[in-house]
Amino acid sequence: MIELIAGKYNYWIYVTLMMTGFYAMIAKGNLIKKIIGMNIFQTAVFLFYISIAKVEGGTAPILWEQAVRYDNPVPHVLMLTAIVVGVSTTAVALALVIRIYKAYGTIEEELILEMGEDETLDTERTLQDLEVEIEDADIRLQEIEQVTKGSDKEN
Amino acid sequence: MNIAEHLPILVIVIPLMSAVIIPVAGRVNSIYSWYIAVAVTLSSFLVSLSLLNTVMDTGRISYWLGNWEPPWGIEYSIDYLNAYVLVVVSFIFFIVSLYARKSVEKEIDSSKITAFYSIFMLFVTGLMGIVITGDIFNLYVFIEIASLAGYALIAVGKKRNALMASYNYLILGTIAATFIVLGIGYLYMVTGTLNMIDLRDKLPMVYESKVVLTAFAFFTVGLSLKLALFPLHAWLPNAYTYAPSVVSAIMAATATKVGAYALLRVMFTVFKLEFDLQVVPVTKILIALALVAIVAGSVIAIAQTNIRRMLAYSSVGQIGYIVLGAALVNQSSITGSLLHILNHGLMKGSLFLVVGAVIYKTGVEDISGLRGMGKKMPFSMAAFTIAGLSMIGVPLTVGFVSKWYLALGALSADMWFIIPIILASSLLTAVYFWRIIEGIYFAEPVGAYPAAVAGYGKRKSGPKGSKPPKSKNSNENNGSFLKDDAPLGLIMPTLVLAALCIVFGVGAFIPVSVAEQAARMLLGGV
Repeated sequence: MIELIAGKYNYWIYVTLMMTGFYAMIAKGNLIKKIIGMNIFQTAVFLFYISIAKVEGGTAPILWEQAVRYDNPVPHVLMLTAIVVGVSTTAVALALVIRIYKAYGTIEEELILEMGEDETLDTERTLQDLEVEIEDADIRLQEIEQVTKGSDKEN
Repeated sequence: MNIAEHLPILVIVIPLMSAVIIPVAGRVNSIYSWYIAVAVTLSSFLVSLSLLNTVMDTGRISYWLGNWEPPWGIEYSIDYLNAYVLVVVSFIFFIVSLYARKSVEKEIDSSKITAFYSIFMLFVTGLMGIVITGDIFNLYVFIEIASLAGYALIAVGKKRNALMASYNYLILGTIAATFIVLGIGYLYMVTGTLNMIDLRDKLPMVYESKVVLTAFAFFTVGLSLKLALFPLHAWLPNAYTYAPSVVSAIMAATATKVGAYALLRVMFTVFKLEFDLQVVPVTKILIALALVAIVAGSVIAIAQTNIRRMLAYSSVGQIGYIVLGAALVNQSSITGSLLHILNHGLMKGSLFLVVGAVIYKTGVEDISGLRGMGKKMPFSMAAFTIAGLSMIGVPLTVGFVSKWYLALGALSADMWFIIPIILASSLLTAVYFWRIIEGIYFAEPVGAYPAAVAGYGKRKSGPKGSKPPKSKNSNENNGSFLKDDAPLGLIMPTLVLAALCIVFGVGAFIPVSVAEQAARMLLGGV
């Protein structure tokens, strides 16, 4: 039992961290907190990979004259790639949250879901577009009035 | 240097480099970005055809990146399955790129068009990379490239719901990709290699260990979310409904199929057949989930009024067919599954392209917007009808061919109860497609249509208060049949895809010969 916990403590740490991040991603309503949870989730995976790279009696995988044995460098290299992927994903997510805030005015998921029922709002509607629409509506109103006046005269 | 030897890497490098060149060229004139996009997708398609040709002549191609010998270096191993999916995906990308010009101009801000094409090229790179790679960590890298490009592409939809749809997809997609990388880590932990073929050789010794079982579980869940297998499909309806038309078309036709390809690779190349059947009863679970997906997808699609949401739920059902074929593990069913990868790409691609053309002309996404369009947009509606009949599974269309092979596979596996379920879902598909087709040809247009044709789109040119065109004359077709239909640039690609639905339905021996070889190779493990 002791060996199960003490001998594999790296796995216990990585699992705890991963579940913390996963819980934050699912349960938190604030969009930024979800992104932070995503980061914790991914960091746990980095820890996992690097912890399995350790060789007993090995030193860091950097060329050194006094080294007898080196750690496995492949997981370190893989995690460099994964860290870059994580950073890119965080960047895209944060850019999305900025746009969401501009469009909805809030970053709380429940409020957004309530507001999301209105499908008529565009992301880029400007004041000019609204003015053009008012002009078009006036013109159509005049046309309709002419048509009804014409049919009134016939009657 | 012989270009022909380096074709496998050119499939990735050309789109990747173009993603960098397009912003530069697009500064001069944003139409250049479209020219480059079409040229690049055409070149990818030609390279994929040549790779398929080479594989059919000489067997498996093995390409070492940087001349580093596997398993230390990354290897691109191209066999029948790879080459087949590459040709399908690159062809659909080429057709949709031809279509994209007018549609993108209408739906996306003119200042963002160059950036759109650049990210589109990154999406191409990611998807082609997933298909062609033979190294499992390389697979994860390309999955992430494709996913990130996908999130950005969805987020430029017109409505603000597109932003939340993209964010939702981002969170779920990152969970899935992180599960995949965890699976890769567990496999690396017990074998020390990342090369798919090397893994297949080394894993059988440790099949019973819990590490390998956990790795397989992570892979299955992660890839199931990417291919939107029920119940992990929650991101798909919103993403397809609110994305721009071009993005919906390309994602529906290719992205989920590439996810299905990745699942096939992991289940049959990395883990051998005996693992899937004896060690873990994953095939039973996948069959059950696929059957639920097939029925639930069609039932929920019937309840939708937004066309794109209906097509999205229909896609969830069709993906159930592909996974069902893969999980039945016999020659006919995997042939049917691979055929459905091609066929669903053709059918859904043309359906979404038609919907894009309708949105281009009228801006209406509702089912009622298609009423009476048979007279106004005859060619687009012809394509919709052909693709709809193909989805239902009428003989002489491609939909029938893949359902036939799936039914044969179900019989070979002694699971005859699957056949009534396939038939029932075809009938349900007929329900939601036929009411639209009936509305197209046998109903009068709803009153809102003439005004919408006159006034759709932001009026950026012209002074304020410019009059809309007279709506009284637009209902009269002054002789020309094409007058009210979508522009030629939108109709031609749609008609090509719809025509292929029939060509490959009648001349099914062309894709079947390749798919059968690929299925035989997957099952034989060669």
